Amino acid sequence: MCRLFAITSNEPLSPMAAIRAIDVMKEGHDGSGVGLFLTDLGGEFEKFKNEPILSGIFSNEGIKALDRFMIDQDFMVKYKLSIRPGKNPPEGTPKRDNYVIRVYEYPAEWEGLSKEEIQFRLMMVQLQLRQMGEKDESMLVFSFWPDVIMIKEVGDPLAIAQYLGLDRRELAARVIMSQGRQNTNYAINIYACHPFFIQGFSTMTNGENTAFVPIREFLMSRQFPGYTGYQSDSEVFTHIMHYMQKQLGLGIEMYKHIITPLKDEELDKHPNGSWLRKLKQVCRPLIIDGPNCVIGCLPDKSLFMVQDSKKLRPGVVGGRPGIFAFSSEMCGLDAAIPERDINLDDQPMKYETLLIRRERQEIEKWNQWETLPHLR
Amino acid sequence: MESMGNIAPSTLSVKDLPWQILWNKEKCTLCGNCTSVCPVRAIELGVHRKRALQVPIGLEQKATNLFSVYHGIDQRTDAAHACVGCGMCALVCPNSAIIPLRADESDKLRFHVNQGGEPRRRGGRRNAPESVLDKIKFVRISMLTDPALDAGRHEFELRTLLGRILPPEEMLKASSDNGWMPPVREIYPLIIGSMSFGALSPNMWEGLQMGVAYLNEEIGMPVRICTGEGGCPPRLLKSRFLKYVILQIASGYFGWDEIIHSLPQMKEDPCAVEIKYGQGAKPGDGGLLMWYKVNKLIAAIRGVPQGVSLPSPPTHQTKYSIEEAVAKMIQSMSMAWGFRVPVYPKISGTSTALAVLNNLTRNPYAAGLAIDGEDGGTGAAYNVSMDHMGHPIASNLRDAYLNLVKLGKQNEIPLFAGGGIGKNGNLAANAAALIMLGASGVQIGKYVMQAAAGCLGSESDRCNICNIGLCPKGITSQDARLDRRLDPEKVAQRVVDVFLSFDAELKKIVAPLGRSTSLPIGMSDALGINDASAAQRLSIKYVL
Repeated sequence: MCRLFAITSNEPLSPMAAIRAIDVMKEGHDGSGVGLFLTDLGGEFEKFKNEPILSGIFSNEGIKALDRFMIDQDFMVKYKLSIRPGKNPPEGTPKRDNYVIRVYEYPAEWEGLSKEEIQFRLMMVQLQLRQMGEKDESMLVFSFWPDVIMIKEVGDPLAIAQYLGLDRRELAARVIMSQGRQNTNYAINIYACHPFFIQGFSTMTNGENTAFVPIREFLMSRQFPGYTGYQSDSEVFTHIMHYMQKQLGLGIEMYKHIITPLKDEELDKHPNGSWLRKLKQVCRPLIIDGPNCVIGCLPDKSLFMVQDSKKLRPGVVGGRPGIFAFSSEMCGLDAAIPERDINLDDQPMKYETLLIRRERQEIEKWNQWETLPHLR
Repeated sequence: MESMGNIAPSTLSVKDLPWQILWNKEKCTLCGNCTSVCPVRAIELGVHRKRALQVPIGLEQKATNLFSVYHGIDQRTDAAHACVGCGMCALVCPNSAIIPLRADESDKLRFHVNQGGEPRRRGGRRNAPESVLDKIKFVRISMLTDPALDAGRHEFELRTLLGRILPPEEMLKASSDNGWMPPVREIYPLIIGSMSFGALSPNMWEGLQMGVAYLNEEIGMPVRICTGEGGCPPRLLKSRFLKYVILQIASGYFGWDEIIHSLPQMKEDPCAVEIKYGQGAKPGDGGLLMWYKVNKLIAAIRGVPQGVSLPSPPTHQTKYSIEEAVAKMIQSMSMAWGFRVPVYPKISGTSTALAVLNNLTRNPYAAGLAIDGEDGGTGAAYNVSMDHMGHPIASNLRDAYLNLVKLGKQNEIPLFAGGGIGKNGNLAANAAALIMLGASGVQIGKYVMQAAAGCLGSESDRCNICNIGLCPKGITSQDARLDRRLDPEKVAQRVVDVFLSFDAELKKIVAPLGRSTSLPIGMSDALGINDASAAQRLSIKYVL
């Protein structure tokens, strides 16, 4: 089982805060990989809130191809954080040429484009780069988005963090999601490493989703180029959230109604049962079959946690105003925020969605049995 | 004994027949039960003269003949009376003195069942016992990464949807605009497929309907049954049980006068309307109820004269193109019930299935598509149609599903598969395989006849006389003397047994796959087959 940890704090934190929590939970992951998602950035990146940041791993050849491509697209590098890895990577970690975090200036001709169009183009650039590097693995691209940095690597999380020097001053964020990987079902592929990202949405998941194939087929047939990849069955959780919010225009309170709708006889008792029944029917291929605990971050920087509806994976949320953490194990939460009131910790159950907004004042709870806000 | 000169080309001996009656003189009580029960009069009481040679010792007296007579069974050898192997004689014999045995080689009768130039017609199914569905295994078992579920303790949502389902975007728009949404039924994924009132005996029909009503009202399983082409008894049309019934309209439109006239008196809408364009057993051929079975009751319900054969045309004669035949008919039928009832076509498995399906994707009223594969059963058809025409269901269904996936409409037009499901008794495994290949549900006919009523037919040409109204179990006969052998209450009870055991077995399949929150439609990653070309054709795993 993977280990998941996410933290949201008014003060920017070093990614090491999350890595250390993952390390505390070490007995639950086999150190086969680590994934980091940083947003609401502090440090050096505070100055570039609106410019897209490219995150990925590039070979020397890949860097050259990247530069040629980006210049052709009229993207200018505005700032970069160079991570030149040391000579001896930790055991199990491949030797890479460059870990890239670069802030770009938008092409001049993008000026005046709608927000939707810009977001679409950013996604397409990321997909193009990924495709260019797919064959020879010269480019591994994780995100290309304003105010988002992602780092992924194969190997032990703490050893990789030390190797890459992730404790550096320039790297800090108010929202961090991290995953210590337990690679069980599939071959080791860095694109199978959580968290997954699409257009500002990111999620990571514990457990296996056995309804993966029909969900993947449904998403891939939506004619949206971003619904691709799927090296992991958990990537669909990110894309379902994206589909729900961006294509269907539904809010976070509907996520559980899509992935784990109420049972037919439960719908008979729900105040919006007939509407929800229709929604369940039309979104039937998106019903998951867990056990899954999903932790994610929305474009408005709020963090959420939900469970599947039958088996449930461990997942706890706790903290105090100003700082909250989500963890797959209690010990991870204890390590990150020891000085909190543990009586206020919360573990979402099968009907619930827990949400911490960017203001970081309280744990908000949404229950599937509640009347839907947009139908009130 | 006739002279040798009288042997005609079609003169056969017992040896030439597919079934030979083994009769034991020692055990036989001469009760006559076997000869009276035999549906084709293949056996008759025979008086046999027997000569014994008496040879005294010594030379004084000459040897003499001693003639005696004994009574026993004769097997007839003409084509019309050849034993069909039903085994009713063995069933009724008090002393187990008689049994039909299959010939040790391919019979010669098959070359002579076309007397007068009339090819063989029969009921039953394709005479081919093998099944691709039986070879499919469920290989993706949840173990430690995702613990398997407990089939006995977990809750399972195994219902499926029948009806046109909107894309999510359109549903939200229709809901905010107060627009029309197509009717959708939540039903059990195992449907009793179309077997008409006429093809089946009244007792069989009543038993099935009672069983279905019990499953719905007492057990809470939303099981549905399709009428087949032949109308529906008015009492059922006007009852609350109509909601469990799918009314079928086919090219002969038999029984639809009665249905249309009953519309104002209907208390409930039917579950759905199935428009039959073809059936798997005899694709491209119309329905056929032979004159033997058209008695007064059947004639009344179908609105036809008594005692005439009722062949339905191969196609709906009033239509001339796919747009006419499919789109407009669906629209007309939808309109008849005020767009509250799902209407879907049923076609035979065929390489043109995709053309029909593509047409349906553009028709907002099309509620689904039922595809009946070559192993589907029939009450009456030409032997050549049954054995050689049609497309196997597995690849046809899979193609149709993957075509929908390509169009992004896999949830919008549910596919229902039929034809040979459970032909070797593996009902739940075959159904689950088809569901994971992309079917929203499956239709069964022969299985329910065998399990609920004791049909004796098999894929190796046993019995198969459904067409002439002589069903020895009273399942497909229209003769009260035969029908009364079948107790509708007991049929109903067996229908319930079948569905409950199917449900338990289906859970035993999906639970280890880690599935419980929805029917695993299209979960093809769970499937494997020990045949590389089949695996490639069906886009599933090849396992060895």
